[in-house]
Amino acid sequence: MKIKVISRSTEEFTRERSQDLQRVFRNYDPILRPQEKAVEYVRALNAVKLDKIFARPFIGAMDGHVDAISCMAKNPSQLKEVFSGSMDGDIRLWDIAARRTVCQFPGHQGAVRGLTASTDGRILVSCGTDSTVRLWNVPVASFGDSDGSIKTTIEPASVYVWKNAFCAVDHQWDGEHFATGGAQVDIWNHNRSQPVNSFVWGSDTVISVRFNPGEPNLLASSASDRSINLYDLRMDTPVRKMIMMTKTNSIAWNPMEPINFTVANEDGYCYSYDSRKLGEAKCVHKDHVSAVMDIDYSPTGREFVTGSYDRTVRIFPYNGGHSREIYHTKRMQRVFCVKFSGDGSYVISGSDDTNLRLWKAKASEQLGVVLPREKKKHDYHEAIKKRYRHLPEVNRIARHRHLPRPIYKASSLLRVIADAKKKKEERRKAHSAPGSVTTKPLRKRRIIREVE
Amino acid sequence: MEETHNNDALSNNKPSTEQDIADELELRSKKYLRGEAANLKGLKDKKLKSQLIAKEKLYGQSAKAAAQAEKWIMPSEGGYIEAEGIEKTYRIKQETIAKEVDISSSRNQYDITLPELGPYTIDFTSSGRYMAIGGRKGHLAIMDMMNLSLIRELQVRETVRDVVFLHNELFFAAAQRKYPYIYNRDGTELHCLKEHGSVLRLQFLENHFLLASTNKFGMLLYQDVTMGTIAGKYRTGLGRTNVMELNPYNGVVSLGHSAGTVTMWKPTSSSPLVKMLCHQGPVSALAFHSNGHLMATAGVDKKIKLWDLRKFEAFQTLPGHANTLEFSQKGLLACGNGSYIQVLRDVSGAQNYSRYMTHSMVKGYQIGKLAFRPYEDVLGIGHSMGLSSILIPGAGEPNFDSWVANPFETPKQRREKEIRSLLDKLPPETIMLDPSKIGTVKYSKTEKPTAQEIEAEMEAAVEAVKGKKLKKKTKGRSKAGKIMPKKQDAIANAKRPYLEQKIQEEKNLAKKKQKTNEGGELPKSLQRFVHKKPSS
Repeated sequence: MKIKVISRSTEEFTRERSQDLQRVFRNYDPILRPQEKAVEYVRALNAVKLDKIFARPFIGAMDGHVDAISCMAKNPSQLKEVFSGSMDGDIRLWDIAARRTVCQFPGHQGAVRGLTASTDGRILVSCGTDSTVRLWNVPVASFGDSDGSIKTTIEPASVYVWKNAFCAVDHQWDGEHFATGGAQVDIWNHNRSQPVNSFVWGSDTVISVRFNPGEPNLLASSASDRSINLYDLRMDTPVRKMIMMTKTNSIAWNPMEPINFTVANEDGYCYSYDSRKLGEAKCVHKDHVSAVMDIDYSPTGREFVTGSYDRTVRIFPYNGGHSREIYHTKRMQRVFCVKFSGDGSYVISGSDDTNLRLWKAKASEQLGVVLPREKKKHDYHEAIKKRYRHLPEVNRIARHRHLPRPIYKASSLLRVIADAKKKKEERRKAHSAPGSVTTKPLRKRRIIREVE
Repeated sequence: MEETHNNDALSNNKPSTEQDIADELELRSKKYLRGEAANLKGLKDKKLKSQLIAKEKLYGQSAKAAAQAEKWIMPSEGGYIEAEGIEKTYRIKQETIAKEVDISSSRNQYDITLPELGPYTIDFTSSGRYMAIGGRKGHLAIMDMMNLSLIRELQVRETVRDVVFLHNELFFAAAQRKYPYIYNRDGTELHCLKEHGSVLRLQFLENHFLLASTNKFGMLLYQDVTMGTIAGKYRTGLGRTNVMELNPYNGVVSLGHSAGTVTMWKPTSSSPLVKMLCHQGPVSALAFHSNGHLMATAGVDKKIKLWDLRKFEAFQTLPGHANTLEFSQKGLLACGNGSYIQVLRDVSGAQNYSRYMTHSMVKGYQIGKLAFRPYEDVLGIGHSMGLSSILIPGAGEPNFDSWVANPFETPKQRREKEIRSLLDKLPPETIMLDPSKIGTVKYSKTEKPTAQEIEAEMEAAVEAVKGKKLKKKTKGRSKAGKIMPKKQDAIANAKRPYLEQKIQEEKNLAKKKQKTNEGGELPKSLQRFVHKKPSS
């Protein structure tokens, strides 16, 4: 006969000295944890609620300009540097870590309409309504002068005067060309005082230009004749043109899938296109209630930020129809330019009220150093939130956003209008001969035609 | 030919121990998989399919890791008795066991004789470290079972019917003559729960922080002990009972009634979830296995029945009385009757319980309550002459989880755990028969209601309108002649949506018929009237 019973000695299961860590024993048997799904659900619910509590996206405003901010540019080689140009001709370089001006670039007579920096971050190109393109040498930040008591002003390295006012400028990736938009698209070289090439298609003003991040010779522009154009620098004529019903204010290429780009349209929608197939949008992103003024992709290519004339900033997933986040404050006016920071964790917006505003890209993210245990906890919360996100209660809390009253009203009005239109169309369809009335999907509806 | 033979030989040559270990791990990991994998055969969505495949793979990996941890890292092994030759395990006496085991374990065999204040009832904390006792004549005490010391003892000078620990050893509730009371560890009375009335049995739902009680009037009451709110108060309507047990798997409270029925309750519904006839005669005891699908009932009809709760079917009926039943963590079933205890065991795992151990107390002792001590091979007995404790090898789970229930908990750990469990407190709505239903899709019963169902619904609506009393109005407006058309109008209004729906359906059907007929079949003279499709 053999007999054994459970017998535990205290020494074996407790720590030896009080300085030691407490001993932990695990038994993963599901029977020891009854109702684990309910517990997980409650944890998911708490995690979403905590997200709401910790959602403090606004970090700070950067004050300094005396007129509305019209354009911004990131410094591709410096994470914390961002340039901004205003309607009175002032250009500033900001240190977004310290949220102050590093230096100013005076010289423009009228509004600055376009800003861009070369890929190595040494040269800043600006253009404006005074028909000049100015190249500036960007001061290199060193450890010594990081206290920032001296505000320096910088002289332009070169000034190129041209025949027409400019609306936009963008620098080529890994090259020495940059493109300006004005009466036509001009391609410039750093060292030449005249454009090396010009593209004309139609006679309307070009509003925005943007180089493709993957293929340095490819370029997209939008014009006030509501068209979106594609150019190839190696050819002497534009490649493709597509005309929409409303004009496009800004274009952004998806940095991870550089065949796709998203346009910010005057009708309050953003449209994602495949550059090979312009006849149909890949996705329509709707939520803004007024014209979308600017758009910028996150470096991850998974989401983009938009600034709108309705005084809000929104963040959209690259393949989702609705925004995941809306940022607004009482003091923020019409947003004219937005940028994602180089690491994808911040969003910078420049608006009519002369301020740049710094936001977190994830509203409830914890800033600063995150300890490993905290990180683990955050990961766990993310996982359970994802698992239970379709449950109505979790979904409701996660989706809820407070909207300013005018936007709330406008969006409900827009919804009513859309519903009425839809109903009317349905009735028209029902009362006409079958097949005689067809509805175009929204992805095609706003496109007038495509020209090769 | 030879090559294949060689291959076979190679696979056979693989060390058998390795093979065995692999088999064993696979068997063990089944428990951690929590059910079978999703069937992806008919899935057409390729993206979803690949996502699900990746997820299933992750589940498999984690189950495997858990199985490996169970096999290699667990610090202790479970207890057992191995009988040799013609020995029978149920013949082995406690004295024999005492000789075989180590000193610290043999300390767990004791009899405490307290003849004046009995009979006694007992309760253990979930970690098994502390025991609360309640003597019928008002004797309450808490003991630390690890070093067998008395923490606090008090005399409340009135009848005590039941004691139960709340979420940790700091608080316990005692059902006294008129009301239940909550005491802390120092014996200070914290609350008097007047709402409950004169309670016969108490149960505490640890995940939900609910104290459930059944009182003299057959009332079942749930109270949230964190906020003090009453989560549910229901009249069972089946008479007074002191047979109440909690199913730890899903938090459903069961009551055994004098008519032989067992009812299962949740705090959010006034009618029982399940009402089953288990015995011909009063139910005397109930117990639940911690895996949730095994219930044991004992009746006055001299039967002990074991039920499979997935089918609500008795799979085994044993003869015998039992005043108290209790399942251990490892699934041993203890039955107490008079001064005799027998422990049953499912030897083969094929749902066949047979006698495992027996123990007789001094003649004349009346066993009131049996309770297995969690994470130990110990059975605590509360009886008319005091308390006893015996060793039942193989009863307890040998390995505890520090984050679930830790017998070696320090005060700091206890405080932290209290906060954590409060954060994870489940709402009463999560109590349901199948707790794994949470987060799954509920299928609607049928797509379309049948004609009969619609008819029944319409009739119900009409009845509802008919039952409505009209307001008494002045100046002759409540005359019978005025009321009659009003009522008829209301009935017609109630019927209208159903009738309209019916008409619409008939129309649709006719349209469909017409469409199918459109193709041809019309006489030539009529074909020119057929609606032409516009050519596109």
